[in-house]
Amino acid sequence: MDEPTDAGEPQTTALGFEALGLGPGPDDESARGSGSAVSEPEASTAAAPSTAAQGTTKGGASAKKAKPRPRVTVLGVIGELLLTAGVVVMLFLVWQLWLNDIWTRGEQNEAAADLAEQWAPGVTASATPGPTDVDYGDPVIMDQPGDAEPFGVLYVPRFGADYKQTIAGGTSAARVLNTIGLGHYNDTQMPGQAGNFALAGHRQTHGAPLNQIASLQVGDAIVVQTKDGWYTYRFRTLEYVTPTTVSVLNPIPQADTVETTDSLITLTSCNPLFSTAERIIAYGVFESWQPSSVEALPPALTELEQ
Amino acid sequence: MYGALWRVLPGPWWVRLIIMLVLVAAVLYALFTWVFPLVQDIFATPDVTIEE
Repeated sequence: MDEPTDAGEPQTTALGFEALGLGPGPDDESARGSGSAVSEPEASTAAAPSTAAQGTTKGGASAKKAKPRPRVTVLGVIGELLLTAGVVVMLFLVWQLWLNDIWTRGEQNEAAADLAEQWAPGVTASATPGPTDVDYGDPVIMDQPGDAEPFGVLYVPRFGADYKQTIAGGTSAARVLNTIGLGHYNDTQMPGQAGNFALAGHRQTHGAPLNQIASLQVGDAIVVQTKDGWYTYRFRTLEYVTPTTVSVLNPIPQADTVETTDSLITLTSCNPLFSTAERIIAYGVFESWQPSSVEALPPALTELEQ
Repeated sequence: MYGALWRVLPGPWWVRLIIMLVLVAAVLYALFTWVFPLVQDIFATPDVTIEE
């Protein structure tokens, strides 16, 4: 170790090693010189063995060149490890609730855009709305998707003009919700079908596709795109339930009746924020459908921009 | 521990600072890429579905 080594030392000690009472042993004083601005630390018992060795070099003329002993003590290492652990835990929260959300959302948005482009080439880019008041007949009802099979893209202009989120079959956390985005509850109905098209999604973490679910207002468009076309729903109401209230997934939510002619969409996510104690449920009512062959966006998707 | 690392690094203070920053960046990358996703998958994934 040469002179610049020593010049850097007051900085490191100022970081609080001495404040922790885990400071350097007496041997450092000779390495730094008696003119050091750093006060003489209290004798550390951990450094006691080195003090004995110190006696041999301190008397010699080469005291200034003496190699500084590593000021590593057991307590010091434990303290620094604990401080590091605290920082890492806080970093994890920053990563989980903020950084990773942004990165994952970007990836999921791109994946959804690719699917949309595949099903309706150029339509999303052109952003031209299809004609209103045209009846395209009964909507095409697609088959139940396979597990983790992406079959739809959800658009909610209230969540942002660019909001696109892939919908896949099943609600497996590992295979669908944590990676692809939205999951379709197995055996609930499909878009446009009489009954309940029920989806689950994270409200926070993993891209948080339903982060803004509580901002929905009555009449907001909720549009599902599949390979067959666009299914437009209108948001009707929010509901807050316990995590085991599976009746919200019924063809008529919260009712035992199976026979129905109405077609609903149900979005489920966590409530409140930073908790999983409850579930927030958003219901929408089917309004219209527009086949992919029209090669235009459903009018509902462009109304917020106008 | 970190003080010892600082003393072990070669060069003038600014070279050590750069090395330290590179080390910190490498550690952050490892945490973000491998450690945190693993930790999240194992015990920090919120349960969002409705089920009995």
